[in-house]
Amino acid sequence: MPRLTFEPIDSACLLTEVQSARAGAVVLFLGTTREYTDGRRTVSLEYDCYRDMAQQKLEQLQAEACQKWSLVHCAIVHRLGDVDLGEVSVAVAVSAGHREAAFAAGKWLIDTIKEVVPIWKKENWHDGTSEWVHPGISE
Amino acid sequence: MNFEVKLFAGAREIVGKDLVIVSLEAGATVADLRIALGQSIPALRETIEHVKFAVNHDYADDDTCLSPDSEIACIPPVSGG
Repeated sequence: MPRLTFEPIDSACLLTEVQSARAGAVVLFLGTTREYTDGRRTVSLEYDCYRDMAQQKLEQLQAEACQKWSLVHCAIVHRLGDVDLGEVSVAVAVSAGHREAAFAAGKWLIDTIKEVVPIWKKENWHDGTSEWVHPGISE
Repeated sequence: MNFEVKLFAGAREIVGKDLVIVSLEAGATVADLRIALGQSIPALRETIEHVKFAVNHDYADDDTCLSPDSEIACIPPVSGG
């Protein structure tokens, strides 16, 4: 089951979760918190979510990916709360019979998570200001 | 009829609350809710054009009818990952 957590994400543990003798390929995607965005410096990030809906959406996406690409295993974890620079904010790990399916499923999962799951990041900028990131809404 | 609407992220910050109560006619839709929120909270007017609404944890179209016992949430553009 996908997880939403305030604790650091252990990516090695995720790999262990999805590895299997039935799989010939494992793909791990890690989203990490970046210091510079378009030349602006970030000091830390904060993540908020609509927890019940986010959990439900992640479960739906996981089930869809498992079915579409016949995955052996699939693990998804997203951080909440304060996340320091360079830390993992989201992790997607999938295993499949062959690499084509594993790469395709991993890419689709992270792309779709970023598009539909109700999670938001707040940039705390180096200049002391901060803002919630809402793509498509100007400041 | 009163409808509770959950707010998150930028919308919550603009309003200063994580829940607002909006008064709408029976049979009101998501489109009616969007208009009412923009009118009752002028600071939200620009943001409200860009948000989606969720009803019972699923994204809802503008013509979705609202029920007072539905869980309604205002979902600004997401930015997880």
